[in-house]
Amino acid sequence: MTRAPAIVLSVVVALGASLATSCSRKPASAAALKPTAFGAAIVESSGGKQIAQTGGLLPQPVIVQVNDEQGTAVTGALVDFSGPAGVSFDPASALTDSSGQVTTNVSLGGMAGRYKVTASTIDKAHKTVEITLDEIALGYSQTLGRQLNEQYCERCHNPESTVERVSNYDNLEVKPHPFTEGDTYNKISDADLTAIISHGGPALNKSALMPAWGNTLSKSEIQALISYIRAVSDPPIRNAGPVYAKN
Amino acid sequence: MKEILKSFWQKLFGDSVRAFGVVSLVFLASLAIAPAKNFFSEWRHYQHGYLRMIRNRSDANTLQRHFQGGIQQIWLPELGVTDRCTSCHVGLKEAGLTDVGTQPFRKHPAIPHAIDQFGCTVCHRGQGAATTVAEAHNSTLAWEQPILPAKYIESSCGECHRGSVPGTPQLTQGRQLLSRYGCVHCHTVKRPDGSTMKPTDDPPSLSHIADKTSREWVYAWLKDPQAYATTATMPNFKLSDDDARDMSAFLIANSTPLPGDTATLTAKPASDPAAGPSLYGESFCASCHAVQNAAGNLVGGDVGPELTRVGSKVKPEWLQAWLRSPRVYDAETAMPHYRFSDPQVATLSGFLLAKADSDLLANVHLDAATPQQIAHGKRLVSDYGCASCHEIAGIKKPENFAPELSRIGSKPVTQLIFLPGMPHTLPDYIAGKIKQPRAFSPGLKMPQYSFGPAQIDALTTALLALNDRASTLPPSLTVPAVPESSYEPAGKAGKLMSDLACFSCHRINGHGGTMAPDLTWEGSSVQRQWLVEFLKNPNTLRPSLIRRMPRFNLTDGEVKELTDYMMTVYQSPSVDRDSMLLSGYTPGQIELGKQLFYGKYSCQGCHIVDTKTDKGYIGPTLTHVGSRLTAAWIFEWMKNPQALRPGTAEPNRAMSDGDARALTAFLISQKGGAKQEVAKK
Repeated sequence: MTRAPAIVLSVVVALGASLATSCSRKPASAAALKPTAFGAAIVESSGGKQIAQTGGLLPQPVIVQVNDEQGTAVTGALVDFSGPAGVSFDPASALTDSSGQVTTNVSLGGMAGRYKVTASTIDKAHKTVEITLDEIALGYSQTLGRQLNEQYCERCHNPESTVERVSNYDNLEVKPHPFTEGDTYNKISDADLTAIISHGGPALNKSALMPAWGNTLSKSEIQALISYIRAVSDPPIRNAGPVYAKN
Repeated sequence: MKEILKSFWQKLFGDSVRAFGVVSLVFLASLAIAPAKNFFSEWRHYQHGYLRMIRNRSDANTLQRHFQGGIQQIWLPELGVTDRCTSCHVGLKEAGLTDVGTQPFRKHPAIPHAIDQFGCTVCHRGQGAATTVAEAHNSTLAWEQPILPAKYIESSCGECHRGSVPGTPQLTQGRQLLSRYGCVHCHTVKRPDGSTMKPTDDPPSLSHIADKTSREWVYAWLKDPQAYATTATMPNFKLSDDDARDMSAFLIANSTPLPGDTATLTAKPASDPAAGPSLYGESFCASCHAVQNAAGNLVGGDVGPELTRVGSKVKPEWLQAWLRSPRVYDAETAMPHYRFSDPQVATLSGFLLAKADSDLLANVHLDAATPQQIAHGKRLVSDYGCASCHEIAGIKKPENFAPELSRIGSKPVTQLIFLPGMPHTLPDYIAGKIKQPRAFSPGLKMPQYSFGPAQIDALTTALLALNDRASTLPPSLTVPAVPESSYEPAGKAGKLMSDLACFSCHRINGHGGTMAPDLTWEGSSVQRQWLVEFLKNPNTLRPSLIRRMPRFNLTDGEVKELTDYMMTVYQSPSVDRDSMLLSGYTPGQIELGKQLFYGKYSCQGCHIVDTKTDKGYIGPTLTHVGSRLTAAWIFEWMKNPQALRPGTAEPNRAMSDGDARALTAFLISQKGGAKQEVAKK
């Protein structure tokens, strides 16, 4: 009978041990990095305001730079990336290179919407300085809208030309609004956007250079296009849906 | 100790009444376990949380009315779905919950399928019948189907949709990569519909390689294909110097000369700094071939190989023979047979041979091969399965060289060997294997590809779609792919069209490339005389396109052959070419058409009729459209362009017959002085 407490004790110990191992599995590799220098500020070099599919990789890596008080790049400062649940970074933390920069590949979370990702570093006084970048994840209907945009709209609505595709924007007498132009689009209701896409510019007393697409695109395709326009507008529309940020 | 226990026993079971009371209490308590478990269950906790959340919302009444308590279940026996996910994910169908960002209460984003008809696990995987979070989302010992990470979700679309679906770019890209990078040369992939995935990379035959290039180049290429061309699809086999030396020795020794394969250099390659680039430009080589420019960016298409360092690769004799007639060396090549003159061949080969990289072969010094080296090289060539992709004289294409991947998406995790530190899931395993195959074991034959992270995700998505469910779905529940057309034009014209490789860029009757316009109904669309002129001297119809039709230097006889065939055979049943006249429209009709063009329909946004005022840069230039298109085609096109060419960027304006006729009159009057040109000749 005296054995009972011993058994209970061993069970408790075993449980505790397994709990401890299961909890300590995660942060092993990240702790290995030791900063050799400290900066005063962290700035975006490139990679903000990108668009990816839900769960997908941003097309370009995010690059941030750590500077000192004089604005000179600092080599060897530790940069940590963090974001809301579901966002992953490769690598999640790194030391700045000889030009003071850290490059990371970012995958967004599984839900469509805007994501805030944070890059932080520690200054000499051991205070955290950080910068937050906005990224956009497209769900199914927005992705469909993006494809339609590439097929029918972008040639005029996107002023940027690429090697493969010359923009028609500069050739138009009345300039179309790029879809990122939130200040314009956020004032137009879904119903008005639907009308202008279906019936052309004159439906809302705008230029006839915007043709009617109502016989080319189905209702659900127009819906998808609008959801894409809403997803990429900058600044975002007021009820744009949830913004995912670190807790 | 014993005393204490004894008195305790006495107190509980000392007499029958006590014993009865105690036992009843124990029974009561055990009876309460089940209801208590139910009461404290996770799903009830989430349902309470949901009710708390909606209480203070403005749409609380509607949400409250929709809410149903208790375990919810979607049962679809045909799909094998028993999903209780909606027990916790209560707000999936609530259109009003767009602002809620926290799970499990988010509204499901808009997709073309209703949750009631498809359930959840069909797309998301996981254990539908489970009622706890851990059992539903993660793999347990009894159930090993974890939730599919969001980044691979498109793979589920691919289970039923065998062809490409809009809105799933990642799945489509992955499927293309499997063919484009030749994965399916070694790995058999039977699609769920029974067809076998075919490679599209067209690796060259190595039976006559010594005609084409030097052993030094073969060595350097084997060591690192991407050092020669960043876009090379050939993977890196991580060969040792000795192995590469022996393999190059065997390939060169094994090569036999092909008659006509090398030309005697009648014309010496001429390095003319002006004529070379301009001939390369006007032959539109860049439509298919890319070259790295000074800034390091690739400019050009990806149908043919990159030419940045081609001068370090090919022998001048071979290049000249190839430019004269590519089908001698490779009967199946996508390269058209340009009818270059001797001076043109000299100019172009001189221009291409100057594209050399002296660093590429600077450190390659190979002694003459010994018979042992050649024998060893042959063994290596068979061991690495080179003949899976390349035709090599004397070596048979190995069968089932690599594991079949037809059901890779259902491979049990217990059958996989993971790398240390790797999450134990199938998607992580597949992605890891594509990323660094040799990390799993240095002895593995699978070579190192140069895929970027997005390509790896796309490939993993496509592979995950090849699973048991996809293979066992009844055909009634699948959306079949449009079968690939094997259309080949007949007769002399057909031969000419394959010699000119028309199908590398143009599509006809569902067969061919997508770079250039579909020609299925070209005979209804264009006027005969225009087609003759165009084939002789193609000009730019669409100013915004950089990839254009090359000039093939066709003879009059060849042009006539092609034109006759196309005008007769490629006719649309819905356009009667002769139903409308090419002239004889009244000035009033033409004027009305002009007004419609510039006013109501504002066509000048995309098209140019008057080069002085119009700037539209998207559609074809219309200055000569009256000598190019038939009136009947213009009329039908105005009425519904997508009916004639699906997917065209021109919107369907649903014009009345009157408007369409007036615009046709206006456009057909745009002859752009072409008539005089024709007359002059």
